Order: sequence, then C-alpha cells, then structure tokens
Amino acid sequence: MNAHELALTANSIRQDVIKALVEAKSGHSAGPLGLADVVTALYFEIADIDPKYPWKETRDRIVLSCGHYCPVLYSALAHRGYFPVSELLTLRKLNSRLQGHPHLRCVPGVENTGGPLGQGVSLALGMALALKLKGNPAYVFCLSSDGEQQEGEVWEAYNMAAKYKVDNLTYIVDYNHIQIDGPIEEVMPLEPLVDKYRAFNLNVMETDGNNMAEVVKTLRKAKEHKGTPTMIVAHTTPGKGVSFMEKDYRWHGKPPNVEEAARALQELEAAREKI
Amino acid sequence: MYHLHPQLFLKPEMKPTRDGFGKGLLDLGSTNKDVVVLTADVSDSVRVAEFGKQFPDRYFQCGVSEQNMMAAACGFAQEGKIPFLSSYATFSPGRSWDQLRVSGCYSNVPVKVAGAHAGISVGPDGATHQALEDIASIRVLPNITVVVPCDVEETRKATVAIAALPGPVYMRFAREKTPIITIAKTPFKIGRAEVVQSGRNVTIVACGSLLYEALVAARALARRHISAEGINCHTIKPLDAVTLLKSFKKTRAVVTVEEHQITGGLGGAISELAGQKFPVPIERVGMRDMFGESGEADELLIKYRMKAPDVVRAAQNVLKRKK
Ligand SMILES: Cc1ncc(C[n+]2csc(CCOP(=O)(O)OP(=O)(O)O)c2C)c(N)n1
Ligand SMILES: [Mg+2]
Repeated sequence: MNAHELALTANSIRQDVIKALVEAKSGHSAGPLGLADVVTALYFEIADIDPKYPWKETRDRIVLSCGHYCPVLYSALAHRGYFPVSELLTLRKLNSRLQGHPHLRCVPGVENTGGPLGQGVSLALGMALALKLKGNPAYVFCLSSDGEQQEGEVWEAYNMAAKYKVDNLTYIVDYNHIQIDGPIEEVMPLEPLVDKYRAFNLNVMETDGNNMAEVVKTLRKAKEHKGTPTMIVAHTTPGKGVSFMEKDYRWHGKPPNVEEAARALQELEAAREKI
Repeated sequence: MYHLHPQLFLKPEMKPTRDGFGKGLLDLGSTNKDVVVLTADVSDSVRVAEFGKQFPDRYFQCGVSEQNMMAAACGFAQEGKIPFLSSYATFSPGRSWDQLRVSGCYSNVPVKVAGAHAGISVGPDGATHQALEDIASIRVLPNITVVVPCDVEETRKATVAIAALPGPVYMRFAREKTPIITIAKTPFKIGRAEVVQSGRNVTIVACGSLLYEALVAARALARRHISAEGINCHTIKPLDAVTLLKSFKKTRAVVTVEEHQITGGLGGAISELAGQKFPVPIERVGMRDMFGESGEADELLIKYRMKAPDVVRAAQNVLKRKK
C-alpha cells in the first residue's frame, strides 16, 4: 500500500477502535488512537504476514507489550482479514475471544499475552533469539509504551538484546507523554530517553509516529539494519484524530460514551475526506 | 454481638472496599506522622491520590515500577517509617514477590502491602488483571500477616489496625462496589475470626466480599432447615485456630468461600488446619484451578460459581459427606 492508502486504512482502524470501545463501555482510548498509524504501517506494509496462514513458521512476529493498547491491535487484525470486523463489538464481553488484554492466539494473529507492562519487551527478545537459533528468517517487531519504560525489566531486556546483537528485532516505543496518573514528565520523567537507548548500544531512530510516509520509511530502514537491535522512538499524539481526547491523560483508560463516540466518528470521517 | 449493617438483607448499601483503604490512610495521615504512602501510577484506582494531596511530603509516586516500589518501601520501613504501598495485586505483590520475601519478610520490617483489584470481579480487564493467586503466594511467607477485609468499613478498620503491627502485612481488596456488611461498632481485631451467625449443621467460612454470598446462602439453608454457622475469617494468617476449630467440632462439616483459587488461599489454609487438628469434610467455593476472563463482575461470579446458590450447593454436598 502507498502512504495515502495506509492513511485511509488507519482512519478506518481508528473508527473501529471507537466503535469497539463505546460498545465495551470500558477500555483504553488515547494510546490506541495515537499508535494507529504505526500499527497500520506494520500490519499492512512492513511485516511479512499473511492472514490466510496466520501461524506460518516464517511469518514476522508483532508483539504488543503494552497490552492495554489491544483495541488497535484487534481492529488492525480484523481489517487485515484475520477475523470479521463485526467481532470487534464483542470486545471485553463475557465469552468473547477479544479479551480486555490480549491472550496468546486468542484470535489468529495475536502473538503474545500482554497487560502486565514490561514482559513483552523480554518476550520479543526471547522470540527473536529463538528464531535465529532455528535459522528462521522471520523478523520481530515489539510495540511498547513510554510508561512501560519505567519498568526495570525493559532495560534488562535492552542490555541482553545488545549483548547478543539481536538484529532481527525492532522495538517501537510510543512516546505519547501520558500515563495513568498524568503526564510522564510529572509522574516519572524519562528524559533523556534517546540518549539512554544510545547508551544501551541500540540502533536508535526517531520518527513522527503520526506521519505515515515517515513511519513507513523508518520501519523499512529498521528492518534492513544489521548488527544491532533497533529502537524506534515514535513521537505520537495520544488520542490522535479525536480533538477532545488528544494530549489529555484522562483519556488513558476511559472509553467514549455514546455521545462522545458519535462526535469522535464525525471528526474521523471529516479527517478522512482530507487524506 | 456481631453487628450487621441494618440494610444488609433488604437492599444492601454498596461501596468498593478500596474506598475504605483510602479513608483509613487519611485517618492515619493525620494521626501518625510515620505513615508514608507509595504508589505506582495507579493512584486513583487504589484510592491513595487524596492522601497525596493532603500529605504531599509523605507521598511517593514511583511510576510503573512495582519491584522498585516494594524494596524502596522496605527501605522506609527499615528506617522507622510505616510505608503503605499499593498497586493492583497482580503487579504488586505479584511482580514484587521476591522483594517482599527478602527485604520485607526475612528482614521482618513493618511494610504494609495493599493489593487492589483482587479477585475475578475485576471484570472486563480480563485474566491478566484478576489476582486469584495472591493469598496463596503471600501466605507461605514467614512473618507476614495476611488480611482480606469483607467490606469498605472493615477495610478502613484493617488499614488503621495494620499500621500498628510490628511486621510486614499483606491486605487485599477489590475494585467493584460490594455490599456493606459491617458498621463502625462491629467488632474487628486482626487475627480473630468472627462468628457472624451461629449454627449447628455446617460451618461456612468466608473472607472478602464473598462473605455476603456466604451469609445469603446461610439464610437460604435455614429455609431448608439446615442451620449454618457463618464465620468472617478476614485474617488468613495467622489463622484463628481456636474459633475455627470450636466451630468445626460443633458442626463437623465445612464450606470455604473466597474470590481466589481454591488451592492455597483460605480454602487451603482451612484444609491444612482441619487436616492436622480435626479432620472434617470440606467443600471449597472459589476459582477451580483456572484463569478468569473478561466480563462483568457479576456475570463472572455466576459463571465461575461463586454466588450464594453455589455456596448452598457446596453446603448440601458437604452434608452428604458428613459422618
Ligand atoms: C506491571 C504493570 N503495572 C501497572 C499496570 C497498570 N497500567 C496499565 S497502563 C499503565 C500506564 C502506562 O503508561 P502508558 O502505557 O504510557 O499509558 P498510555 O500512554 O496508554 O496512557 C499502567 C500503570 C500494568 N498494566 N502493568
Ligand atoms: Mg504513554
């Protein structure tokens, strides 16, 4: 897909995130909306995957470490053809395959159990090392959040990833500057984040995570890089596309109500015309 | 005399137990200068944000770093402070168990660990967030006290009470609104199980908010001419062997009720006690060696069989096995 088509797809994915959340009556809004462009680029352009063969041994693996972002994972998988889009309306409900936090293989395409922050960063490392050991050419992408960088575990993983020169692995950190209790800068500052990653001997890149062309370019470069694991710091706007959610940490873990969802969908539809 | 909330069996007043934790901390904040509070980016959910506003100097926001928070809290405790730390129970003490074991329990310092969002009633967040193993994993640690209060009022009392204990404590509470069972003058003492209602045929021992289901079940059993003794066993460790064994010897049949795996928690502790001191048939109501899933709290309690009718059924089953 070209950047224009990808942007349209990201818009559809955002709209279905809103529809799933309003129906679920609980769940996370801001993070998933902000990361939708990166997720779309991965599932529709960069990763070597095929929904017809969701567990093909040589598929690229996409690990969602910040499990609370799953509305955007589920929406992307549905739009990519892994399961019906209509199933998104069962999010968080009793007996649904779409659990409030993802469960390994709960639907085709879900590569990890997530929710407890930090674990996916180590899990992705283990998967990447195992793939190398198996002589499997598959690549691993791991999506992680900025709040998650406060967990010590992620730094243990970066140490080890650098030691073993795990170059079939790219981490993407969503630097949206919010977490539950407020702005990252107030709750627990991370700066100078890029310098820290450099000091950990990672191949560090930065991108505007809401600029599709730039996101695609950066991800492509990351996948081609050899010799060290890559860290992409994606600067995003939390709640992207819905004016009253943007940059407001209070939308971290809240779904829109019926009225708010209608407004959100209206705004997203209007933005779609301009893509 | 065990005072029950006057509305309990009519239309129970509902409040989340976590509110009692927040309230207890505010009481402590103004009466005990040594009390400090640590949290890990869930301050509103675990109801400590207000303490932070009122006592900013004694409030520490650790970010998302539960292992760090636990050992740091133990550092405060070692220096004579009384640290209360809280996150969701799955993350702390879930992830911070080693720090609690060594720096908290082995060093035997007064660190007060609050595990929020415990049980399956956490609901739509799903299995990753539903702590159903915490009582088991913590109660095996030497030196620690484990408390599971039944409602918002008892949680408030327990919060204040555990501040005065010299050693480490784990207290567990939940997310959803649950019936207010007790009132201010209802007796509460750490380490003492309370006979809420006395009976002859079967003992129902419960902890946490499911005490309500146990009491409703006892009334249903009474209508079937089965006299059930209801016990609020809010302290899982140390277990009140005297009160419990007295009841077991009288009824010779026991049902345990908890929002936790039936292995290792209250049911486990009661089975150990009975097995060694006075073997009786036991039926355990709780999670049956499974993980939970997303859904509304009540839907899940029904699906996983932790409601009053399930307690009634367990009582009938245990009575069949009674000698
Ligand atoms: C180990 C662990 N601790 C705490 C939580 C609770 N939690 C869920 S999301 C979150 C905020 C993390 O920040 P971030 O992912 O940056 O939030 P967002 O950008 O989505 O607002 C926290 C603390 C968790 N899921 N896992
Ligand atoms: Mg964030």
